[in-house]
Amino acid sequence: MISTITRTFRGGIHPPDHKALSAAKAIEVMPLSARVVIPLQQHIGRISEAIVQVGDRVLRGQPVSKPSGPVSVSSHASLSGTVKAIESYPHPLGQAAPAVVIESDGLDEPHIDFAFNSKYMSLTPEEMKNLIADAGITGMGGATFPTHIKLMPPQDKPIDTVILNGAECEPYLTSDHRLMLEYPEDIVHGLRIIMKVLGVTKGFVAIEKNKPDAIAIFSELLKNDGQISLCPLKVKYPQGAEKQLIYATTRRQVPAGKLPMEVGCVVQNVGTAKAIYEAVAFQKPLIERVVTVTGAVREPKNLLVRIGTSVRELIEYCGGFTEEPGKVIMGGPMMGIAQFTLDVPIIKGSSGIVVMSRGEVKEYEPQECIACAQCVDVCPMNLMPTLIVSYVENERWDLAKEAGIMNCMECGSCAFVCPAGRNVMHLMRFGKFMVQEMEKAEKK
Amino acid sequence: MADTKTEVAPQLIVSASPHLRTTDSVEKIMYSVVIALLPALAGAVYYFGLRALWVTGIAVVTAVATEAAIQKCRKVRITALDGSAIVTGILLAFNVPPGVPWWIPVVGTVFAIAIGKHVFGGLGLNPMNPALLGRAFLMASWPVMMTTGWSVPTGGTTSGVDAVTGATPLMVIKAAMRDLALGINVEQSRAIVESAGTTKAYLSLFVGSVGGCIGETSALLLIVGAAYLFYKNYINYRIPLSFIGTVAILGWIFGGEGLFTGDFMFHILAGGLILGAFFMATDMVTCPSSPLGQWIFGFGCGLLTIVIRLVGGYPEGVSYSILLMNLTTPLLDRYTKPKVFGA
Repeated sequence: MISTITRTFRGGIHPPDHKALSAAKAIEVMPLSARVVIPLQQHIGRISEAIVQVGDRVLRGQPVSKPSGPVSVSSHASLSGTVKAIESYPHPLGQAAPAVVIESDGLDEPHIDFAFNSKYMSLTPEEMKNLIADAGITGMGGATFPTHIKLMPPQDKPIDTVILNGAECEPYLTSDHRLMLEYPEDIVHGLRIIMKVLGVTKGFVAIEKNKPDAIAIFSELLKNDGQISLCPLKVKYPQGAEKQLIYATTRRQVPAGKLPMEVGCVVQNVGTAKAIYEAVAFQKPLIERVVTVTGAVREPKNLLVRIGTSVRELIEYCGGFTEEPGKVIMGGPMMGIAQFTLDVPIIKGSSGIVVMSRGEVKEYEPQECIACAQCVDVCPMNLMPTLIVSYVENERWDLAKEAGIMNCMECGSCAFVCPAGRNVMHLMRFGKFMVQEMEKAEKK
Repeated sequence: MADTKTEVAPQLIVSASPHLRTTDSVEKIMYSVVIALLPALAGAVYYFGLRALWVTGIAVVTAVATEAAIQKCRKVRITALDGSAIVTGILLAFNVPPGVPWWIPVVGTVFAIAIGKHVFGGLGLNPMNPALLGRAFLMASWPVMMTTGWSVPTGGTTSGVDAVTGATPLMVIKAAMRDLALGINVEQSRAIVESAGTTKAYLSLFVGSVGGCIGETSALLLIVGAAYLFYKNYINYRIPLSFIGTVAILGWIFGGEGLFTGDFMFHILAGGLILGAFFMATDMVTCPSSPLGQWIFGFGCGLLTIVIRLVGGYPEGVSYSILLMNLTTPLLDRYTKPKVFGA
């Protein structure tokens, strides 16, 4: 089924999208690196436990760590070689974190043959779930929530709708766009697996209208499908935010502070769906992903990259910087993290590397808030950032909490629109942290 | 870490997301307001002569100079040309009669910038609209000059309403209504009230060929400027609509000799309502940020305006109503927060 109505949410912004830099570039397989760094923490939840030792030979797809609890996922060797070290290493989230360092032997020898199981749709939901958990899949849109947890909703929270997120609303990024153009069948197969695991008969593929070619492909693919609908979305940031996407496709509002399962929905990124298909049909773990390398690099590309490859290598492979770099951002420019070193590895949630030249990086001297209320108009969570930030600046964590600061998803729309150049997002984030600290102190 | 040595790239800038920002700025907003006020200024020059331009110029120069001097004394960054002082200067001039002596805009602007704005910390921290505070100061200090400096427009045509030389339409009508209530000069007063309700009278109020403060007379030119601010998304419809709507409805109900006989068109077009509703009640700093708060704010402004116009001592109440409602802004924002998504 094809929805003809364009859907959206209240609020949001229209940042310049810069997607033309890389949107037309077909996915290119990046040559193997000599060394990969596999962090033990590539997901939300508990850090995984290493199960290899320095000196061990590991093969492509072999697990190098195991989950340390229910909300934890394993990591896998992304190429064959020798474990050189298990040590603290710079992590794209900003701190150093333990990682398994593997030196490639150049053979790329697989751990198992990853043969296609033509009867994969006959597997039981339980078997599918286990394959997904064993493959170490996390959400690939950026938040890296362990996927198998999303597929195990509690009994009292029946799920009736699965939404594939192909919004890709972050400026610059085109990795999901390319996946949708080049692997649409795999993505739909993945969606069918998710629907089977959850026992759901209603699926959506939601795509922003700035990707008409992807919309055309999926309308063709889904035109006679009784269960899966294509849902075109208005071009607006943050259209791909989970709660906003659910609202746009189903008109259901996820209650404040709750998860999508409260309204019977599960949302997965299109890349995650492809990884799920590969895990179930080929037993292939999540050891590679598509990364958009763009901005001030000589040749912007969409690269299929092994997990653990360093950002430095990706940038060099794209011809290096065009001019003196100002910021190197992992993820999109709205929610991504500015890196302090190029020696951080690509992890499961790395959707892009955006390089901003020094000239593009503006420094802001924040002025007083003039209460223009543009942040209030754009906040997709209906908060009043201007008011909350004044509470934060006055260290009134109680009032900040009362004003709903914990509902902030940190999309950054408020800071984007601020004409006074104030660090609204930063103050909101700090306020959230302090409210949590206050709550911890109250519990004691 | 010999084997896996990492290299810090010292040239990289690290800061919190988002890494993209708008190209909008406080300066752009303020200068857009200046541009939006220019049609009305041009109209004022047409109707009241070059004198209107001099008064406005004096106010603007005084505003910028006062702001610069105070910022220098406070040892803070001098932002006197960010446009906000210019806006205050223009608005103050728009709120005085064209015939005032040159020092009136000077004193009013110094008060507006020094007491209305910088005593509280400068732009963004002032609780009340500085220009309106300056006007209130002038009204309290030199009431005669502030209410008799009218001149009959030289450009355009005069109409029945401003037949009484040197008074504003609101003053004329207020006097006539009082006479009617007291039962004196009944016929003449009724004729005056009726003449105010003719299409011809509305038209002169709309284009601005009536007596009044420098910037308040031409509804047409003010709306042209306001349309530009709507287009730029710097003001929204909530406050103007609720303010003007409230004045119109209450003016219709209570503004006549009997209930529901008031002349709502007259109440909309006369006096400073259009200027106040589009350019002063919508002052970002001093109006609420929450949508519901903005509706209530506009309603409150309208209610107070009508109370002052119909039963108060002054013929016009727009500026006092906005000043009073400015003081409710922090409370309105706190208690009219929009419902959080999913709450």
